[in-house]
This record gives sequence, structure tokens and C-alpha cells, in this order.
Amino acid sequence: MAYSEKLLEHFKHPKNVGTLDKSQKNVGTGLVGAPECGDVMRLQIEVDDETGVIKDAKFKTFGCGSAIASSSLATEWLKGKTVNEALEIDNMAIVEELALPPVKIHCSVLAEDAIKGAIEDYKSKNQ
Amino acid sequence: MDNKKLIYLDNNSTTPTDPRVVDAMLPFFYSHPGNAASRNHPFGWAAEEAVDYARDTIAKLIGVDGKEIIFTSGATESDNLALKGVYEMYQRKGDHIITLKTEHKAVLDSCKKIEKMGGKVTYLDVNSEGLVDLKELEAAITDKTILVSIMWANNETGLIQPMKEIGAICEKHGVLFMSDATQAVGKIPVNPKEVGVHLMAFTGHKMYGPKGVGVLFVNRKNPRVKVTAQLDGGGHERGMRSGTLNVPGIVGMGKAAEIAINEMAEEAERLSKLRDRLEAGLMKMEETYINGSVAHRMPHVTNISFKHVEGEGLMMTFNQNIGVSSGSACTSASLEPSYVLVALGLGDDLAHSSIRFSLGRFSTDEDVDFAIDAVSKGVQHMRDLSPIWEMYKEGVDLESIEWSEH
Repeated sequence: MAYSEKLLEHFKHPKNVGTLDKSQKNVGTGLVGAPECGDVMRLQIEVDDETGVIKDAKFKTFGCGSAIASSSLATEWLKGKTVNEALEIDNMAIVEELALPPVKIHCSVLAEDAIKGAIEDYKSKNQ
Repeated sequence: MDNKKLIYLDNNSTTPTDPRVVDAMLPFFYSHPGNAASRNHPFGWAAEEAVDYARDTIAKLIGVDGKEIIFTSGATESDNLALKGVYEMYQRKGDHIITLKTEHKAVLDSCKKIEKMGGKVTYLDVNSEGLVDLKELEAAITDKTILVSIMWANNETGLIQPMKEIGAICEKHGVLFMSDATQAVGKIPVNPKEVGVHLMAFTGHKMYGPKGVGVLFVNRKNPRVKVTAQLDGGGHERGMRSGTLNVPGIVGMGKAAEIAINEMAEEAERLSKLRDRLEAGLMKMEETYINGSVAHRMPHVTNISFKHVEGEGLMMTFNQNIGVSSGSACTSASLEPSYVLVALGLGDDLAHSSIRFSLGRFSTDEDVDFAIDAVSKGVQHMRDLSPIWEMYKEGVDLESIEWSEH
């Protein structure tokens, strides 16, 4: 299977790999997938309390190249968006950007779920 | 990473054709173009003579008579012919077949077809070493059992089944014994007569011969075994497999057998050392596991799980340079990991983390050292990215987490 240049770049040089302090009130964490399924994504956002803008995003992913690239791309897209804007990120946009083949669409779904999970976690901490 | 270097460590998928094999085949495309069934001119005679020589050489490699060799298009066809052919031929005697859950799909799917045709099939589990439980096998045999089908060596793990013991059980109960020996023939000593195998499938392209040619060995005496042909036509191959013989392919497979007879023992010893070197290099990494029994396996294969790293992703870190296989089937629509590894009792997570390395005739020390380096770097890259590796390192009990299955 031939992957797109963009996907390979995100896989080889992933952006925003790392861990944010999840005990912080302005950090939201989304953990989706399962080791038995071959995919686990953890995506975190750090939100500016004043403006509601995501000022940092980090991820770590256990999975195939497409899963890693999808989560790397997701963190890039998250930064600078408000929490509500981030909720609008659609998995099909990730599919298009990385030219994911049909068997890998679930990787983009997982990334969307991880974004939603992180935002949900942030919101529940800041009600 | 070096963009030009290409290292092939996927010899269980297919072996490169030995140049000596190609040289032997070439005349049969041009100067000897005849059909081996043409009995009335020199072109046919030359083809027939070459086929006979190849047949006898292949027979010699596995210690049987040339008349017991049926040429096919490959091991998949041989498996189909053996299983469906026996089922149809011996239906009146019984309708029950026993096989293993870790068999190749060519066997398992033939068995499923037989079930659709009305037959009954028992799929036995293997133990944690990947081997058949002989007591369970014997207990599964009924008065309706006509065939036991157990592979000689497994394609994913290289594990070798206790053939002699299985053969003795089949003999005791008067049941035919069939084996898919695709991964074993030409690599280790294989003699169906010595272990009581009555039908045996194998192929040219796993023993440095060409693709598109295979063999079904069918025992001719004590007992005389017959299979119902699955292809209708000219009645070639003693009526068991119609179709014009693939003369260049057969000549090539014969040459591959000749080379194996002369070089197999030495080659197995060399590859076993090379495999050990590869394993020693990779096992230096923590949380790295060899899958299956190390006491009963092929000399050139190792199947290793790198915990908390997904196999397909790992392969992507070095697949510009190195060809291997993964037990993680993230590319397939099912997303199911290798059923062979799961049958060994590996958790799905470890099965997803596995890589199969299969060395071959043309593998070198340099290849192995390059692979150790590239794979180790790949594992490091993937673990740096892996949230479950991080959790493991922090002492988090992964079992305690409620994962969201998808």
C-alpha cells in the first residue's frame, strides 16, 4: 500500500508528541481505542482560560502509521482553535488531508473521538 | 536510513528463485517448447524426459517414488485437492476430518467448504507452544473420521508438529494423514513415509524454485490412496489432476529439489546460527518475546512480539529497506490480529505487536546486523510515541483501564 507524502511525514516526524499534566484544570485528556484492537490514542489539549483558545496539544499513539499520522495532524489542527471550533473537526477532513485508504478510515474516526474526548474532559473539569 | 539498501527477511512468504533454477528452466521456454503429453515427436519427448527427471528428483528429496508425485499449480491447489479429493473419494467410509486451528487458510477454507458440502470438521486447539495435543487428537477420532490434516511446519511461527506421533495415532485408528509441508520441504529433512503421512502438499516457490508449480504427494502402496480430481480434463497425473504440465516450472522445481538435496543440511545450520544472531540482537530490548516453542521450530524463522508497539506501524519505520511480515492485520478489513498467534494463547495486544522474520539462502550476517539496528530504532521510535508504553513505564496496570473498544 502506498501512503501519501503527508502521511509519511507525520509518521516519521510526528508533531506534538508528548504528555501534558492531566491534573491541571485547563488540560483535557481523551484516551480512545484499546490495545487488543491494535490502536490506542491519547490526545490532550491545554486551553487558555481567558479566551477559550487551545494553546497547546499533545498526543501519544499506539497503532499503525495511519493512526499516528491522524493524531499528529489532529494536534496541529487543534492549536489556535477555540474549544467550540475544535468540536467541528470532522474525521473525513483527516481522511482527505492524509489521503487515507478505505481500510484506514477508522484511524481518522479514532482521532475525531480522541478530540471529542479531550474537549469533554476539559469541559467537565470547567463547568 | 540508507535508501538503496534492500533486505529480504520474508522468505516464508516466498523465496527468491535460485539463479541455478532459472538457468535450468530457460531452455524449456525456447529450445524445448514441447508439451510433455505429446508422445509422437522429439519436442514432446524432451519435455516428458525433463518432467520425469524433475519428478524423480523431487521424489528423492522427500524419500518417495516418482509415481507418487502429482504436479499442481501450487500448495493451495494441492491442499484443496487433498482435502476435497479425499472427502469425495472416501465419503462412503466417513465424513469427518480433523485439523488444527493454526493451519494455513488453504486448509481451513477447504475444510469450511467441506462442511458446506455436508462434511464434519473438528478444528483442534494447540497448546501454548503451538503444538497439537496428541491426547486431544486421539480423542477426536471417531469411526466416521477419514482424514487428519496437520501441517508439518507453521508459516507464521516456524513451529514443527510432532509428525511421527501424529502418524502413529492415525495408523492405529486406520485414518489417512495429510500434511501441508509447504514451509518444511527443502529446508529440513521431510520424509512422509517415515512418519506415516499419506498425502503431502508443497510448492516450488518456498524452496527457491519458481512460483506457479506445486506438488501433492499421494501414497501409492499400503495404503493405496486416491483422491477425486477437482479439475476435469485430459486426465493427466494419473487422473488426479488434469491440465497441461507446466514444464518450465516443473523443471525449475526439480532443480530446486536437487540443490536442496545437496545443500539443505549445511544451509539449515548456517541459517539457524544467523537466526540466533538476529534473536540475540533483538532480545536485548526489554519487553520483547519470542512466540512459540523454541525447541520445535524451523531453523530460519523467528516470530517476535515487541510489547506496546503495533506491528504494522513498526514495519513502516523500516519498510523502505527491510521486508518482513506482521501478525497485526490492521490493513485487513477485519482488524483481527493473526489467528495463529491468538491460538497460541497470546493476547490480542501481543499478537498485534508481532513481527515474523524469515531468513533464507541469500541472507547474510550484514543483513541481520542491519535489521537488528533498524528494528531496534523502529521499536524505540514507536515506544516513544506509545501511550501504553508510557503507562507501563509509570507502573500503571493496563488491565485496570477501561478501554473504549471500537
